[in-house]
Amino acid sequence: MTNIAPELPPPGLPAAPEGGEIGPVQSGWRLAFREFAQNRLAVLGLAALIFFVLFCYLGPLFYHGTLSSSLESTTLPPGAGHPLGTDNQGFDVLEELMVGGQSALEIGFFSALIGMVIGAIWGAISGLAGGLVDGVLMRIVDVLLSIPFLFVVLIIAIRYGSSVLGLSIVIGIFTWQVPARLVRGEVLTLRVRDFVSAARAAGAGQIRLMNRHLLPNSLGVIIVTATFSVADAILAVATLGFLGFGLQFPVFDWGDMLNNGITYLQDGYWWLVYPVGICIIVVVMACNLLGDALRDALDVRLRRR
Amino acid sequence: MTAYLIRRTLTAIVVLLGVSVFIFLMLHVIYPTPAIQVLGPHANKFSINQWNRQHGFDDPWIVQYLRYLNQLLHGNLGYSYKLNQSVLALFQERWMRSAWLSGITLFLSVVIAIPLGIYQAVRRNTVGDAVVTTGAFVTYAMPDFFLYLIAIQLLAISFPIFSFEGPQTTSMVSIIFNWRAMTLPIVCLTLLDLAGYSRYMRSAAMDTLAQDYIKAARAKGLPERLVLLRHLVRNAFLPMITLIGLSIPALLAGNLVCEAVFNFPGLGLLFYNSLGTADYPVLLAYTLVGAVLTVAGNFIADISLTVADPRIRLV
Repeated sequence: MTNIAPELPPPGLPAAPEGGEIGPVQSGWRLAFREFAQNRLAVLGLAALIFFVLFCYLGPLFYHGTLSSSLESTTLPPGAGHPLGTDNQGFDVLEELMVGGQSALEIGFFSALIGMVIGAIWGAISGLAGGLVDGVLMRIVDVLLSIPFLFVVLIIAIRYGSSVLGLSIVIGIFTWQVPARLVRGEVLTLRVRDFVSAARAAGAGQIRLMNRHLLPNSLGVIIVTATFSVADAILAVATLGFLGFGLQFPVFDWGDMLNNGITYLQDGYWWLVYPVGICIIVVVMACNLLGDALRDALDVRLRRR
Repeated sequence: MTAYLIRRTLTAIVVLLGVSVFIFLMLHVIYPTPAIQVLGPHANKFSINQWNRQHGFDDPWIVQYLRYLNQLLHGNLGYSYKLNQSVLALFQERWMRSAWLSGITLFLSVVIAIPLGIYQAVRRNTVGDAVVTTGAFVTYAMPDFFLYLIAIQLLAISFPIFSFEGPQTTSMVSIIFNWRAMTLPIVCLTLLDLAGYSRYMRSAAMDTLAQDYIKAARAKGLPERLVLLRHLVRNAFLPMITLIGLSIPALLAGNLVCEAVFNFPGLGLLFYNSLGTADYPVLLAYTLVGAVLTVAGNFIADISLTVADPRIRLV
């Protein structure tokens, strides 16, 4: 535009003071935080997640049901002593929820962590290298993305058994492809930006470029994807447990509890099914809300000014 | 267009080869030889080795891979020694039922999602929109099996209107008309698909509503109904093509949990039962079919999008 005449402020707004906009300069992260805090649903999701972390890890310290089987008190309905009743082996359902939630949260967290680390490195290398390397790395991503992830996780689980760490690794191995693609996209747009050229001109090597400039600037994308991956992983583990191929006793998660509860569906033992189902829904929904809000907050293009 | 088509086809073939390598390596590591199953659990090392040598299971892996690929290209998906049947025959017996279940679900959810998403976009931030969005969000976060459990508990046990089990006959006709047994799986799957589709359709319709040609159509005095029908639906549907393409794998291979819960005799139930018996040839062949369908679905979606949207054809 060659129009150099000063633009009139739109009617109804006070004219900007001379010398341009005055206001405190805020860093991107603080702006993002403000945006996030204004989103009521997101704060609700975060609160729900924090509640569940406290519930699962601090809960067992304060609440002692009977996390040992007692055959005299099987399938008791909710009542005094057992707020959520007991299951078919006399375990207290409320305490089971806490302990089962630990493995669900841990697998969600670790698998997302593994997925994000591999994905970020893979995507950054692919974007930076370009050419043949990029082509090969991205075709590998395509291949792994087209393989149905749940099937492979199930097959590996029945072959090698499943522990919290093992499931985290297997799920993590099928989580990194999406972040790899997204980080590659970010790197492709970032690497032609001026500050990257400046860093190059100043003599920064590929590794420094990646660590100091490209990855930190892709962090927003990575965090958002990580949040959704936690939800996906928790659902996947629950499905595994529900189908009966999940963690091995004494370690269990919410899916295993549902698998146990379905046997008693016809007897009307609702407390074996509904509380644990609601826990899964709330945690997964909280992650999804958080992810949506983080995307809105961290994506500069969507930010309301 | 032709150049794009060729490039897209080549990529698909490369990815398919990659998929076959991955599946073969998994099979090779997890289940290197069926010798134990053929010779029995008490077979000694010598006879196992001899059997492996006779059937080429001690060749270098690359030779075994090429043989595997050759067999695949000739339609041989492997042999289940546990069921003593070829995997292809097992699949042929069941695929129609799975395809029917998923096909009708896909059809219903698309047919419902389009008007629903447009309604939500046009009436956005009203009570109706909020109700549908909340419903979609909860269903989206719900593990699918929990929905099946609730449905069975409510509509098959507490109020026994429907059957808690899928149809157990093998005749397609009786499966199609057995509404008592088919309603619950179909309704549950439709609800689950609808959650994603309607959200997608809503945002696509909102994007389209903000376009200039919608404003132009309104400005020239076109009745709102025609604006929606002629301009909004046709454009907002484009992203749905991709989504439907991505759902094609689910047509055959996606309803593992649903078929397991409702005991519906399709491919998913076969996979579930094979998990119990650790029947790796069936499990990996099923994974391979799922992966191939995914690649095919992506390919079809890309091609039909180019056909449907002239703006992409320039590429």
